[in-house]
Amino acid sequence: MIRFENIGKSYDGHRVIDGLNLHVARGEFVVLIGASGSGKSTVLKMINRLEPHDCGRILFDGREIYDFEPRALRLRMGYAIQSVGLFPHWTVARNIAAVPHLLGWSPSKISERVDELLRLFDLDPELYRTRYPHQLSGGQQQRVGVARALAGDPDVLLMDEPFGALDPVTRAALQSELKRIHQLSGKTIVMVTHDIDEALQLATRIVVIDRGTVLQVATPLELLTQPANSFVADFLGRSDMGIKLLSLRRASDLVRSQAAKPGESLPSNASVREAISAMALHQVASINVLDAAGVHLGVLHASDVFTALGAVHA
Amino acid sequence: MRGNPVFAVLLAMGLGAASWLPLLNVAPNRLVSGQGVSLWEVVDAVVDSSKWLNGFGVVAVTLLCIAVWMTPSRRVRYGVVALAWGLVLGLVALTGAYAAHVAQLQSPIARTSWGSGFWVLVLCLCLMAMDALHRLPLGLAVRSGVWISLLCAVLGVMTGTGCEQLAIMKEYANHAESFLPAILRHLQIVALALLPSLCLGLPLGWLLNRHASLQRWLMPPLNIIQTIPSIALFGLLMVPLAWLAANWPGLAELGISGIGVAPAVVALTLYSLLPVVRGTQAGLAQVPSAVLDAAQGMGMNTWQIFWWAQAPLALPVVLAGVRTATIQTVGLAAVAALIGAGGLGAIMFDGLFGNAQDVVLLGVLPILGLALLVNLGFAVLAECLPAPAEGGRLDPV
Repeated sequence: MIRFENIGKSYDGHRVIDGLNLHVARGEFVVLIGASGSGKSTVLKMINRLEPHDCGRILFDGREIYDFEPRALRLRMGYAIQSVGLFPHWTVARNIAAVPHLLGWSPSKISERVDELLRLFDLDPELYRTRYPHQLSGGQQQRVGVARALAGDPDVLLMDEPFGALDPVTRAALQSELKRIHQLSGKTIVMVTHDIDEALQLATRIVVIDRGTVLQVATPLELLTQPANSFVADFLGRSDMGIKLLSLRRASDLVRSQAAKPGESLPSNASVREAISAMALHQVASINVLDAAGVHLGVLHASDVFTALGAVHA
Repeated sequence: MRGNPVFAVLLAMGLGAASWLPLLNVAPNRLVSGQGVSLWEVVDAVVDSSKWLNGFGVVAVTLLCIAVWMTPSRRVRYGVVALAWGLVLGLVALTGAYAAHVAQLQSPIARTSWGSGFWVLVLCLCLMAMDALHRLPLGLAVRSGVWISLLCAVLGVMTGTGCEQLAIMKEYANHAESFLPAILRHLQIVALALLPSLCLGLPLGWLLNRHASLQRWLMPPLNIIQTIPSIALFGLLMVPLAWLAANWPGLAELGISGIGVAPAVVALTLYSLLPVVRGTQAGLAQVPSAVLDAAQGMGMNTWQIFWWAQAPLALPVVLAGVRTATIQTVGLAAVAALIGAGGLGAIMFDGLFGNAQDVVLLGVLPILGLALLVNLGFAVLAECLPAPAEGGRLDPV
């Protein structure tokens, strides 16, 4: 879908991106991660030509992006940013309708699309269509921002730290919504963040960038188990990499089929990390896990967790 | 809390002014300075001819004194507005009656003009009404309507029978033929100056916002122009314009010459350029950059970004700049009379050079009225903007 070939860029003779190669396949959720100033945002903005590159080429859908007219290119790519940037003098509905309007959709189709997106983000169209951005909470504003980015049914969704300014609770809610929408729509998403937990939770592949070069491209599991070098390991948080690994696995995948024991039960979507935490809290070595319907599925044993991790490493 | 301290202070000031300042100045003719006449003397003199007026005055003042101690409910506030404005109209009528009395008793060429007591009283009453009006749940358009109707009522009382002997109305009669043309000429000068100022200032402001480096080149000359006294600027423009007219007869036929409307319009345009340019630039600069980033990333072109985001979001601040420019031009246009541009300034300078205060007033009061109307008009316009109630609003009246 998107292919970077030997991309380079300099500001005032200072190299900010150097020899970048990357291929984002259709339907992937790629997260670019790095410290501030690593060049990750610049890489993202190169895709929709908000930032020009000096050398190399970027292919979108098999064609050089410079063969596209910049507006035509951007209309095929949704774009969501940390500061949201909703038009303050437009209602929520009109904000979301911006790109469909630019694409020349019919009013009835636009209206349907707006309602569909509002419902997708758990905002009641009756209530929220006519509101103005300043009448929304930060989380709602960002939901509308992402809805606006998705409105024109773009091939690619580009997101520049979309949840960076939100409180942890809202951020977690929006992250799981985004994950759900990605699985539902199969859209290709490229997102920039500096939050490693966000990256591990959302990405199908993570690109670690430092000083304009790619250090590693890997799935979350590979990244945690085989960090390419000590910088990547440090960036992942060397001391709690094991804990992060636990959060990638579901408790339900490791249960033994046996009768329920007295005590707590975990829901089916709980991660192994949550399970270990619950065991530590209740001072037990095993815990019940329920299935999606809320019926007892089996029992997770702490010892199984660590042998399973060993299997990954081996 | 009961009562209203602002109101009490204003009422006390008004009563003080009525007691110790001369309500009217009476002079035997236009050339000598007059003698002060207090409110009590005025009331005493016309007690027979205007019984109902005196009666209303006593009742209204008593009610206002009571209102000071009352909890300011909505009904009390409406009452205060009505009483204060009734008193303003009553004062005008009373002074008119006294002027008629003086003309009859002394001589027809005696001059009865408003004194300091009159002005302070009217000011206190208007402030009282304004205070009460602002605390009432009325829209700006309604409030403006109320003010304009008061203005019309005062004009009605002054031009109606009974006030002909007031000095200002005598002067009005003397200048009757030139008064309306002077107002029209004044408005014409303002319009002719503002049109090029907007045509130049709005694009310049846009340019400044786009290329910040231009600020270094453009702002100093505009700032310097503002510091040149208007008279000096008129003088400076006379030479080149006279030269132009002398060398290109076509221009002279168009009305360009060293004196008259042409240099006035050029100078006023230059003065009004700064507020327009600065307002436009500031308005565009305060458009959130996130909105522009998002708009660009969405695939909008430059024109779409301008019309859909920049223009509507900048409009309130731009409008504030244009409001400043317009009010400033209404005032400065008076000075243009000195180089033969005409307008209300011509009447004002007539009075100034002839040492006739009432003629000065005849020129100044309409300028004041025009400035107030312009201010009201812009405030109403700003209120009508479709932007949501989030910052960037002009102050109400």
